[in-house]
Amino acid sequence: MTTTTAPEAPAVRTPAISPPSLLQLTRVELRKSYDTRAGRWLLIVIGLAALGVVALELFVEDAPKTFADYFAFTQLPVGILLPVLGILLVTSEWSQRTAMTTFALVPRRSRVLTAKVMAAALLAVGGVLAAAAASALATVLTPVFTDSAMDWGLSAAQAAQVLLVQLISVLAGVAFGMLLLSSPLAIVLYFVLPTAFTILVNTVSALDWVRDWLDLSTTTMPMYEGDLDGQGWLQVATSVALWLALPMVLGWLRIRRAEIA
Amino acid sequence: MITIDSLTKRYGAQLAVSDVSFSCTPGTVTGFLGPNGAGKSTTLRALVGLATPTSGTATIGGRAYRDLPNAGRQVGVLLDAGAQHAGRTGREVLTLAALVLGVDQERVDEVLGRVGLAGKPAGKRVGNYSLGMKQRLGLAAALLGDPQVLVLDEPANGLDPDGIFWMRGLLRGFADRGGTVLLSSHLLREVEAVADQLVVIAGGRIVAQGSKQELLGGRGTVVRGPDRVVLERALRTAGIAVAPGEGDGLVADADPLAVGQAVAAAGAVLTELRPAGGEGLEELFRSLTHADGSQQVQEVAA
Repeated sequence: MTTTTAPEAPAVRTPAISPPSLLQLTRVELRKSYDTRAGRWLLIVIGLAALGVVALELFVEDAPKTFADYFAFTQLPVGILLPVLGILLVTSEWSQRTAMTTFALVPRRSRVLTAKVMAAALLAVGGVLAAAAASALATVLTPVFTDSAMDWGLSAAQAAQVLLVQLISVLAGVAFGMLLLSSPLAIVLYFVLPTAFTILVNTVSALDWVRDWLDLSTTTMPMYEGDLDGQGWLQVATSVALWLALPMVLGWLRIRRAEIA
Repeated sequence: MITIDSLTKRYGAQLAVSDVSFSCTPGTVTGFLGPNGAGKSTTLRALVGLATPTSGTATIGGRAYRDLPNAGRQVGVLLDAGAQHAGRTGREVLTLAALVLGVDQERVDEVLGRVGLAGKPAGKRVGNYSLGMKQRLGLAAALLGDPQVLVLDEPANGLDPDGIFWMRGLLRGFADRGGTVLLSSHLLREVEAVADQLVVIAGGRIVAQGSKQELLGGRGTVVRGPDRVVLERALRTAGIAVAPGEGDGLVADADPLAVGQAVAAAGAVLTELRPAGGEGLEELFRSLTHADGSQQVQEVAA
């Protein structure tokens, strides 16, 4: 018997193998968001939409022309498209059946889910930065195309609150994805449910308190201008609990227990 | 070392896997055989932590799969070659896995070469791959972390005869270097050429298991000649017990040399002389794949 090629050692080498770090896993999840044609285009569209919005604002005469205004305005397309990216980050594992590979490589599913949440948060930061870049470009061009001067004023409160609101929306997308595990279902419900909810609580006056405490689009509205106050924070917290925390907890438990096939 | 101990998996009222126990030792290839829906995939999913057993355990090197520090470095898994994002290239699929495993890009190129996907095929989207190419990519992913254990579900599906031959060589080499291989198939012929050990499952239960010699090496020798009566007399004269075989053949209870000598001594003519092989398991296996096979299974297994 040769000893060089037939090791007698036990089949599993235990030393010197460390588990993948959370940073490594986050990098992987981030990469998954742009390494397919669909993902890459979604990111490009987000950038183009931010540019389109500032262009519109730049050339519409009555529109305000400060950096802060551009910045607030560009959050709209970013806030609509980023959650889709968050949803797909989770649901594509099921629609493309890659969950089998993913969880066979990393059987501790919560680590994968944590990495997805972190990757989604980084994408939100990236989205806000892209919006800021588009706004900066518009601000520089303002004196060129209009009679207004450059106005770079942006309060720390607005910057922080805009970032927070984008984090909330992308993570709500992730939460819907986790709960539903289906791209079309999660995307449709992510847009239809809160919108129907908003319409309902706005038309039925008896539901005013529901709107003020549980309707995410109402509670986060002041954040785009950085105007959130004491009670406002509480109202954001309760609506985030309903639209983000609840589906994420339920979805997390579902994925932890689910059989992956 | 893979150890599956009294594994049972129940889905509501349906019992998918019932009290399955077997083990695979380093240096061997185990063929996990059974008709479609017999419980092979469920067992393998439970082994790699994708399904939770109702009772029983499945361990690798004494540890549950979920407790392995970096599972992909220790166990190469290919459960479904189709479970890849159609929009990613073959190389990208492996690059993602390499990032998780902590192996470098060179290793990606190395395994791509090893499964015959280097160059142009690696840059194609998986959506444009044939099933055979997907199997090769899946095998590359399983080998990426240089594991000591391979768990493969129907890896020969979609491979052409050349591909099946190549895969056999690869798995044989892996086991000969001390690795442990567990591969499933619904085709006996597909695994008998490479497996050392066979585990046959039907209806969620193990119906036969043992070394290939035990299960396939049927006793005796198949003899055929133009005159069956002459042959039979010749063998009986030499003290060899004879039983009727398939068609006009005979099965002699001796090795081919003794049978040939007995026939030559009698001056009889032979048209066929070969060791009786695997008819028992083949027969059992065929009965399993029929719709009402379960009844027969119990008879055979009893």
